[in-house]
Amino acid sequence: MKLKGSEIIMESLLREGVDVMFGYPGGAILPTYDAMSQYEDRLHHVLVRHEQGASHMADGYSRATGKVGVCIATSGPGATNLVTGLATAMMDSSAIVAITGQVPIPAIGSDAFQETDVTGVTLPITKHNYLVTDVGELAYTIKEAFHIARTGRPGPVLVDVPKDVQIAETEFTWPEDDVVLPGYDPPWAAKDDEINAALRLIAEAERPIILAGHGIMMSGAMNEVRELAERAQIPVSLTLLGKGAMPEDHPLVIGMMGMHGEASSNLAIQEADLLIALGMRFDDRVTGNLKTYAQNAKKIHIDIDRSEINKNVKADVGIAGDLKTVLTQLLPRLEGKSHPKWIGLIRDWLEDSSERDILNYETPGILLTAQVVNDIWKLTGGDAITVTDVGQHQMLEAQYYPHQRPSTLLTSGGLGTMGFGFPAAIGAKFGAPDEEIWAIVGDGGFQMTLCEMATAVQENVNVNIAIINNNFLGMVRQWQELFFEKRYQATPMVNPDFCKLADAYGIPNRCVTKRDEIEEAVRFAQSIDGPTLIEFVVEKEEMVYPMVPAGADLHDMKRRPKPGEV
Amino acid sequence: MADVKIDTKVTVVALVENEPGVLNRIASLFRRRAFNIDSLTVGRTHKPHISRMTIRVDAGPEYARKIATNLQKLVNVIDVRIIDDEPHIERDLALIKVRNDDADSRNTITEICDRYPARIVDVGPKVAIIEIVGTETIIEEFIEQVQPTGIVEMIRTGVVSMGRGTRIHDTNFINRRTLLEAAAKARNGNGRIV
Repeated sequence: MKLKGSEIIMESLLREGVDVMFGYPGGAILPTYDAMSQYEDRLHHVLVRHEQGASHMADGYSRATGKVGVCIATSGPGATNLVTGLATAMMDSSAIVAITGQVPIPAIGSDAFQETDVTGVTLPITKHNYLVTDVGELAYTIKEAFHIARTGRPGPVLVDVPKDVQIAETEFTWPEDDVVLPGYDPPWAAKDDEINAALRLIAEAERPIILAGHGIMMSGAMNEVRELAERAQIPVSLTLLGKGAMPEDHPLVIGMMGMHGEASSNLAIQEADLLIALGMRFDDRVTGNLKTYAQNAKKIHIDIDRSEINKNVKADVGIAGDLKTVLTQLLPRLEGKSHPKWIGLIRDWLEDSSERDILNYETPGILLTAQVVNDIWKLTGGDAITVTDVGQHQMLEAQYYPHQRPSTLLTSGGLGTMGFGFPAAIGAKFGAPDEEIWAIVGDGGFQMTLCEMATAVQENVNVNIAIINNNFLGMVRQWQELFFEKRYQATPMVNPDFCKLADAYGIPNRCVTKRDEIEEAVRFAQSIDGPTLIEFVVEKEEMVYPMVPAGADLHDMKRRPKPGEV
Repeated sequence: MADVKIDTKVTVVALVENEPGVLNRIASLFRRRAFNIDSLTVGRTHKPHISRMTIRVDAGPEYARKIATNLQKLVNVIDVRIIDDEPHIERDLALIKVRNDDADSRNTITEICDRYPARIVDVGPKVAIIEIVGTETIIEEFIEQVQPTGIVEMIRTGVVSMGRGTRIHDTNFINRRTLLEAAAKARNGNGRIV
């Protein structure tokens, strides 16, 4: 069967199980858009309003489903607009395939109209990328791209297709055989001596702690981690992206770790004699000062990316492998243990933390983000998929919306991309249409990608937008308050009337200024099958505690004040 | 205490797919992770789709392991080895243009060349070009010797390295290109991809 390159792209996407793609047309990708019309019934295209939105939507789709998200853009500015989304996906190991148009091969390198060296630009922010120069290689390339994106440590892969390659015809045969990549062989199982060494450390430990990361969910190792924790009675601390790896109401889960983590987690890490790091990468936001980080602890580090082991923290036992596979090797030989003294100590810390909880405060006349988030948690039965932006609201979401199921908190952790939340929520809804989706965003980040409201309306995407509006770039303001003597340079924001803005897009909306208005507004949003927007006008100068200042020791936390200390 | 110069240079040998952009990927990795390259050589192997690189970096062994694991992560990099860990042969080649305009300098140059794996490959009335092949240390030593005579131009290839004995860097890999070529051959008998 002779097909054009553009049709081969569509056929290949179908064979990779793609049913939706997020994109924006333009000159160099037009042949591919033309081919889409024949495939409309099987391959839905979502027209975004800015290519950055397309990349975040593909990312949100991927995070919600574990499948590969697809975005499409034209050459030059279209492709460069994807860059932030690709970098976001790279940092958080999200599987995306981006297809970009490129100027025709003879024009490459001539500074043609809308020409950018896209493979060059995206080289450090993609897991791999391709410039396809022969239509005969197109199907192979797309197959490889999906394989690389979803296997091993997932990540974004970009395929740049010149316009003449999209137009050229060739005999189409889908490569049915497995992908052959001699230089790509993600690690899988552990060696026996590695398992033995890990078991020995676990058996010897008196104060062990599991550091549960994103990799647990990507490997599907939730049950194995839970079994490890329960059988050896090991408390579990979660990374931001690890939230959902274990139900947060589980008695062994002791909260999030790191810069805005719970004191119980951070103190436990500093006091531990064994860290069992599972699918996490010791990011600086998690460790604080590396020199004083968990000094008395031995470390077992299991991660699929070999280059993560010994990168930031030296591992006594470092295992490069698929977490589920490795734990399946380890569990049958794991002996039951208990650490009542250790767990008792952590319980004391937990009690102290709950005494300091903001929710126990009387706050007449003001609305706090923590209250908004916690009420949304209650009103959604703790069971929604929440997608956040970056900043104070993100950290408060992590603190006040406990997640019970995997992949129900989608957030830009590594790159910290403002503008991620709303488009990622749209993408997530396409991947998980039966889930209740809340985009919890700040007034700053939302304005970076709010143009996607039109996308949500055009596609009637049932996403609830909760804008936490403090008329400030809140987290930056917090740093200015703490470290720059309250010089609020470029953080106060004059915002549009978000509800009128929603009206202009035809999005039903509510504005909430008091706590007792939250329930009605949330119920209203839940009752509407389509996008809704609620603006929560919150306290301007709210702080997020606990906080470990950047580079400080992990135990050197600014704690939440106790009631009465305020 | 005497000023002891500790040699922290590490030699990494990598087999890579001979594809456009591979060198860029590797260079980008070194730049991004702030690994400092001392020399990098790349050339084809006896297998047309596989190239081999020798990368010399100024880094300790711990750092070298980080480099190796990061290199290994690149899809086009097939195999990475830190060659200092095993018995190996290393060679560097330098072309050195020296002043050659009086009897004195001519004699000195000839005399130095006799003591090293070096030969004069081009002689003119004013300058001569010397070729020297050897380990990095030998070349450094040689340069020191001819320096007083007057070096006017110099180029070095950088170190290439190969492990000794039967532990070989396997180049028997198939990749997409070999598969595509085989498939095309089977289709139309001429090996061209249509």
